[in-house]
Amino acid sequence: MVTGKGGTGKTTVAAALALALAGRGARVLLAEVEDRQGISQAFDVPPLPPTEVPIVSYDHGGQVVGLAVDAKAALLEYLQLFYRLGRAGGVLERFGAIDFATTIAPGVRDVLLIGRVYEASRRRVDAKHHRHSDTSPLAYDAIVLDAPPTGRIGRFLTVGSEVAGLARMGPIRAQGDSVNELLTSPATRIHMVTLLEEMPVQETIDAVDELRGLGMAMGAIVVNQARLADGEDFPDADLADWVDTLTADLPTVGIAPKPALVTGLVEQVRDHAAREDLEHTHLDALQQLELPIVSVPALLDGIDPDALREIAGLLTDQGMAGRTTARSTGRGTGGSR
Amino acid sequence: MSTTLDLDAVLADRHTRIVVCCGSGGVGKTTTAAALALRAAESGRRVCVLTIDPARRLAQSLGLVELDNTPRPVAGLDTSAGGHLDAMMLDMKRTFDEVVLAHASPDHAAQILANPFYQAVSSSFAGTQEYMAMEKLGQLRAQADRDGRWDLVVVDTPPSRSALDFLDAPKRLGSFLDGRFIRLISAPAKVGGRGALRLVNVGIGLVSKTLTTVLGGEMLRDVQTFVNALDTMFGGFRDRADQTYALLKDGGTAFVVVAAPERDALREASYFVARLDSDGMPLAGVVVNRLAPEPVAGLSAARARAAAETLEDAGHAGSAAVLILHARLSDLAARQRNLVRRFTAGHPGIPVVTVAALAQDVHDLDGLREVGAGLAG
Repeated sequence: MVTGKGGTGKTTVAAALALALAGRGARVLLAEVEDRQGISQAFDVPPLPPTEVPIVSYDHGGQVVGLAVDAKAALLEYLQLFYRLGRAGGVLERFGAIDFATTIAPGVRDVLLIGRVYEASRRRVDAKHHRHSDTSPLAYDAIVLDAPPTGRIGRFLTVGSEVAGLARMGPIRAQGDSVNELLTSPATRIHMVTLLEEMPVQETIDAVDELRGLGMAMGAIVVNQARLADGEDFPDADLADWVDTLTADLPTVGIAPKPALVTGLVEQVRDHAAREDLEHTHLDALQQLELPIVSVPALLDGIDPDALREIAGLLTDQGMAGRTTARSTGRGTGGSR
Repeated sequence: MSTTLDLDAVLADRHTRIVVCCGSGGVGKTTTAAALALRAAESGRRVCVLTIDPARRLAQSLGLVELDNTPRPVAGLDTSAGGHLDAMMLDMKRTFDEVVLAHASPDHAAQILANPFYQAVSSSFAGTQEYMAMEKLGQLRAQADRDGRWDLVVVDTPPSRSALDFLDAPKRLGSFLDGRFIRLISAPAKVGGRGALRLVNVGIGLVSKTLTTVLGGEMLRDVQTFVNALDTMFGGFRDRADQTYALLKDGGTAFVVVAAPERDALREASYFVARLDSDGMPLAGVVVNRLAPEPVAGLSAARARAAAETLEDAGHAGSAAVLILHARLSDLAARQRNLVRRFTAGHPGIPVVTVAALAQDVHDLDGLREVGAGLAG
């Protein structure tokens, strides 16, 4: 699960994480649940349908499959899969029951979205032929979910138990229970994306508290657009000294040290230092959470497939994609998939 | 040719009675709403600001220490122009409860409030916030019309998957209430189960059977009780949602789309602009927040980089670092201005204002005043 305050780049990080895992040979499902088509935009591919679509395939077998989960499609699929209610699905649709479930009764929507991901997490490669076989390999080695933002994440992840609480028995109860079990199991990790700014950091800390309280296993804190990493190393000099240094040095490279320019440059150094101090304060606060911290620098040219690959490399280097399954190693380039 | 958004003129216009700030998450929407409300109040308007989910310190700066769903006067305001400012944070459960209490008989209300399905829907499920934001806005405007306490209501929109979901609230309620589904699901509970028999035909029989299979009998009964209990007040609920929707469309409302100078945020802003246009909602313009400061003039990024290289070789590492920083700031500023230029070119006739990034987050009224001054251009 990848979450974070809105605007921190969680879709980018989720996409890059999927790519990093696939780069190590895993078959990865990358899913989004907010009707934003963030995945197709990040990978620069046509908008995703509500079905699983391969986006990136490597020779060694690694693969990213994209899925824009749609509540309505998920409900119809679910009815078909578990109750074989093909015709009833159509009738329910005509009676407005599908709309009721996916829009008016809003909790159901979250159950469907997360239930769709749950279903994919359990599916096996040859499920069609051996429906009850539990020996064939799972369809996906990893699932990366571009989850709702921090403000909504607690509610989203507890929807299984909420629904289980409402339905005291029956299939909905069973579905709620199993979703809840998966989410609180060690197989699920929640990564938080943040910027080194006050509000995102505060929301990250609050969300980690909340999710830990709910018994969820936390993953890494991804510090996006970190300036610290690419910051210039300024000698710890007095600002007044900078004026003298620049006034002396600039003429040697043919730049006239006009007072306005020199003062302006020194002010930029001062503001930069102040911002770095502030970022360090925020970083210290994040370190109190005692979670691995992974940093991704600001990419000025925006997000495209090349930028995603670059970020994926950084995530791999920092160990975030390190726990791929054993099957990902030792597979030659002649992988069959 | 695009014009500059003059927010002071929007706020000063006595015909402006509602300002709605919308935009994607993380662009400073709530701060913008609070700053506009403060600026309007200090220039003489009587303002109420409705925030949905403010950051803790911003809430404190407005004196919002408790979430009690009631507008409270903001202290420390400059009231010399005769205005005042009340602020409130939306409590969606309490808003929902209030609707129930106001529109159902005491017995009926108690029954609804105790229903487990109601409790879950009103307090914890996504989507309720949009309905309740509409409901609260309608209530505040009705109160303003009644007692004249406010002549301007400023609202922040919920941070939902699509921040304009609240526009769909009346339509969704309408299609639900007019639909066959509510009649179907409420029928058996109304007449003790025999209604379903009376209405029987192939379709309904199949639907009932399916619902029972999927939901289980007990949950279906809870849902039926819930829907049936709400049925009586839903009509009023929808009427008010319709009224609020109409209110938003009329000339007294000004929508302000908030964005940041980044590709994704501006793409979202384009979506908001198009959506407001297709719903016929009055758009005042677009605020692009957090523009990086223009670097000191007189030295291009390319020249600074070349000079830095020479300085580095000559052992002047400090000065070289200063010039590299300058080059990076210049690149960032150029990129952001380019994005904004492209956005304005793509939306001719839509007023845009850019606001410089602040050195730090807003913690108090002075911080909000600074943001307000930036918004005013």
